[in-house]
Amino acid sequence: MDGFAKYLGRRLFQFFLVIFLGVSLAFLITNLSPVDPVEQSVALMTNFGATDPRSVELMRQALQELYGLQGSMLDQYLAFWGRVIRGDFGPSLSAFPTPVMSLIMSALPWTIGLLTLSLVITWTLGNLLGALAGYYRSNLLLKLSGAAVMALHPVPAYIIGLCLLLAFGFIWPILPISGGAQMNLQPGLTLDYLRSLIVHGTLPALTLVLVGLGSWFISMRSLVSNIVTDDHVVYAELGGVSSNKIFSQYVARNALLPQLTGLALSLGNVFGGAVITEFLFNYPGVGRLMIQGIYRGDYALVLGVTTISIIAVAVAVFIIDLIYPLIDPRVRLS
Amino acid sequence: MFKILRDMLRYNIEFAIGFVLTLSIFLFALAHFWAPLPDTAIYLLPPDMPPSAQYWFGTTSRGQDVLWQMSSAIWNTMLFGLTVTVLSRLLAVAVGMLSGYLGGRWDQALMTLNDTMIALPNIPILLLVYFVMRDSMSWPVLAATAALLGWNYDARLIRSVTLSLRNREFTRHAVFAGMSVPQILVRQHLPYVMPVIFFTAMNNLIWAIGLEVTLSVLGFSDINRPTIGGMIYWANQHQAIIAGIWWWIAFPIIAVVLLFLGLFLLAISVNEYIDPRSRLSRMGA
Repeated sequence: MDGFAKYLGRRLFQFFLVIFLGVSLAFLITNLSPVDPVEQSVALMTNFGATDPRSVELMRQALQELYGLQGSMLDQYLAFWGRVIRGDFGPSLSAFPTPVMSLIMSALPWTIGLLTLSLVITWTLGNLLGALAGYYRSNLLLKLSGAAVMALHPVPAYIIGLCLLLAFGFIWPILPISGGAQMNLQPGLTLDYLRSLIVHGTLPALTLVLVGLGSWFISMRSLVSNIVTDDHVVYAELGGVSSNKIFSQYVARNALLPQLTGLALSLGNVFGGAVITEFLFNYPGVGRLMIQGIYRGDYALVLGVTTISIIAVAVAVFIIDLIYPLIDPRVRLS
Repeated sequence: MFKILRDMLRYNIEFAIGFVLTLSIFLFALAHFWAPLPDTAIYLLPPDMPPSAQYWFGTTSRGQDVLWQMSSAIWNTMLFGLTVTVLSRLLAVAVGMLSGYLGGRWDQALMTLNDTMIALPNIPILLLVYFVMRDSMSWPVLAATAALLGWNYDARLIRSVTLSLRNREFTRHAVFAGMSVPQILVRQHLPYVMPVIFFTAMNNLIWAIGLEVTLSVLGFSDINRPTIGGMIYWANQHQAIIAGIWWWIAFPIIAVVLLFLGLFLLAISVNEYIDPRSRLSRMGA
């Protein structure tokens, strides 16, 4: 139990450090930039016609207060932390007066759903294929499927998504290419709504799966082909243990440990892919929200989404860290 | 060097394909120095011409030749990728080697920072940087930002190599001979770390090019400078797919996929060459 407590303490420290540095970084980027967000927003709003200079001045003050840009840098920094903890990023400019936080909260379930589903599929399938390919090295079918997923792996999510969109949206139009569910359906636990959810999620999820599959395949295959030559495997083979059992208990289980660590490390990158994919398929998650915020010059929204996504990724990494001891007995027992 | 290259071309089919692909794309990109028209000029040619003998890959709705646009675009995209790779290698090597060699507290502090950076999502941070910089964003700034975010995986890898060198005999000899830490790292350890640097550089290049494509597809870079992502951005702006101008979007996609494939094949075959175990199994031992 002592080992577990130590492990947990270290992970917890790392978790808070990530959030501390990430939030500070978001603050620093917005504060050190040469562009003043208040002036930018004022320019955006006065674009449409001449405005009374006095009301512009009032607007400027109101925005400064809203964005928490009053006082010294340290005051602003502390105020920013207060806002992060309260979960209050002020109203969104492009969807005034909806608070940024409620926009994010309504988008977050979409992203979490899409990401969790595609990650589970990618990780399981990639590891299974990779382990099989590392164990049965001369199997032609495994070699071919390996070559296919490896060739897709370096291509960025946007390009793969665009090809899928062209293929299934234009050339052979069988899947919807935009939105998260059918517009005229009432959200709820009805069969129609669930079906529409699945159909709309297919292309974005498929994009993320195709992008992610290769890296799991490659690392799992090399892990397994190294473990296969280990003494304990050779001994088990000589002892007549069935090859199925060797594969699942002796080889794959050992190789899964670094892959679980890899999953935690890759989350930040995977989230980036999801941002782009959501935008491409107009999927109503936080990624689309952020890119729309950028196009519309919505300072509060962009800052809010960045901060929340940093925290969300940190939470997800921490959850995986908590799962790890369940699989690795050494952490539990040492 | 040339002997290794010759052997790998002869015995490693992946390397040979990757080498030929990358080289031909590089030569194609190089050709943009002899382009008949400046690459930023628009509406000089008849717009929306399909591929023909005169315009091999057709022309865009902005009156540009797709062939020459692609040539400059690949050049600019590769330039961006290489800049990111070189800058982030410097960081990764410095942090990784120092952390591995110094060990103890330094190692712990540097690696904690490293792991923290890995857990931060890159794309939202890059988008935030673009958002607050807006018009003052140029490609070198973007490259520097990407480099600051793209070194941490590889620093860990380099650290583990240095860690294993630290307790070797020759390191102790060097210490007794009075070499300073920078001297030991550069003269004694760097040659052993070089293969890892080279391998990670290939992967980092692929990552950086993917990043450039992603950001410029969204219009988050200098959109008047031709890049692969920028071409797709403009094609989307003119709704090329709906208007049926398929050549504007198909050829850049094909080019960038070929480039990725070439670089990736190079990366895995170099990795295999560095790892003696897989080299032996290829030779049939």
